[in-house]
Amino acid sequence: MTSRTGTGTGTGTGTGTGRPDLDEVERAVRAVPDPEIPVITIDDLGVVREVERVDTPEGPGLRVTITPTYSGCPAMRVMEEDVVAAGRRAGVPVEVVTRLSPAWTTDWMSERGREQLLRFGIAPPTGQRAHGPVPVGLSVRQVACPRCGSTDTEEVARFGSTACKALRRCLACREPFDEFKTL
Amino acid sequence: MTGLHTAYLLGLGDDALIYAQRLGEWLTHAPQIEEDMALGNVGLDLLGQARALLTRAGEVEGADPPRDEDALAMLRDEREFRNVQLVEQPRGDFAHEMARLLWFSTYQAELYARLVDSADETLAGVARKAVKEVDYHRDHATQWVLRLGDGTEESHARMQAALEAVQPYVAELGEDHDAARWAADQGIGVLPSTLVEPVTTAVHDVLARATLTVPDAPRWHARGGREGLHSEAMGYLLAEMQHIARSHPGATW
Repeated sequence: MTSRTGTGTGTGTGTGTGRPDLDEVERAVRAVPDPEIPVITIDDLGVVREVERVDTPEGPGLRVTITPTYSGCPAMRVMEEDVVAAGRRAGVPVEVVTRLSPAWTTDWMSERGREQLLRFGIAPPTGQRAHGPVPVGLSVRQVACPRCGSTDTEEVARFGSTACKALRRCLACREPFDEFKTL
Repeated sequence: MTGLHTAYLLGLGDDALIYAQRLGEWLTHAPQIEEDMALGNVGLDLLGQARALLTRAGEVEGADPPRDEDALAMLRDEREFRNVQLVEQPRGDFAHEMARLLWFSTYQAELYARLVDSADETLAGVARKAVKEVDYHRDHATQWVLRLGDGTEESHARMQAALEAVQPYVAELGEDHDAARWAADQGIGVLPSTLVEPVTTAVHDVLARATLTVPDAPRWHARGGREGLHSEAMGYLLAEMQHIARSHPGATW
């Protein structure tokens, strides 16, 4: 499944030789931050699936394939526009293609992305889905407080400030915090 | 048979769209702010599913000029909507919403789990994404039904009353219709009647754990949504949902 978001045609000036360096543009595209969690890039979030070199009527450009985190995440649209804008700044046409399958999973989030979330005060995904009221059995799902590190934390609400987060509180330092939900 | 294919996709998309609209009404009305956010988030997931499904329906339909997700959501009249009547009903109290969400998310979970193998690759893609989302919705409804059913005398009575009120709208989820029969034949869709057993078993299991009683078979049940026949509530819902788009055709911002 694919859908396309408008091509951004470049009018900016390239670097040095006058021809933009596509590797550099690709790095800029991958470095676009998540609009709601600006400490993580869309690359580290695992949203960027592929960046291809393509020939367009405006010259060499990029086709960026992304996979949405949640079906209804309003940030996806902003990410698409930011990707196109990153190309435009470098004078390179960028086309964004949305691919739904395989579905995005928090397993695609990079180690660096997880660390950045933690430093920002958001507990990274644990790899285990929250289910039921109380964790029982041998595999207790532990979520550490991003501030004090204590695992003595509890869920306040499974649906938090954005589609991808749950709200928790730390029982040791008493601070509330967001948890990036495992999907 | 693009007509039946389109109709099948519209049924899926309209269920999600119309329920998203109802769930959005809970913002600032839920019993606590966490529930404002939870129901808003559930609605947002459904809206995202609806967008992908309606976009696909427009592609399959191939009308001239083509109808995109906005045209399908905002410019169709009541008789062209193919959602079940369960999702268009006005919100009652919080227990009513949890009863409805439990039935609907359980239905969607079973449905999407099978649509991941749809011969319509786009539909399969939507299902693979959605199946993970509706699992969270179902768990949320389950937790609340357990808490309210196995809670105080008051919460138990209201949860039980909510189940009784929702019951006449449940059967329509499992009713076969021409578009679904065709889609199931093609390996594109799922025959709704084959979902009845797993959905009912799962919901009844929650009710038993919540010390609630399975309501008696209702004396009547809603039907006709898949053919565009809706209850009185639908016209008001559409009027609210569509009025801006229709007052300012083609407006963007």
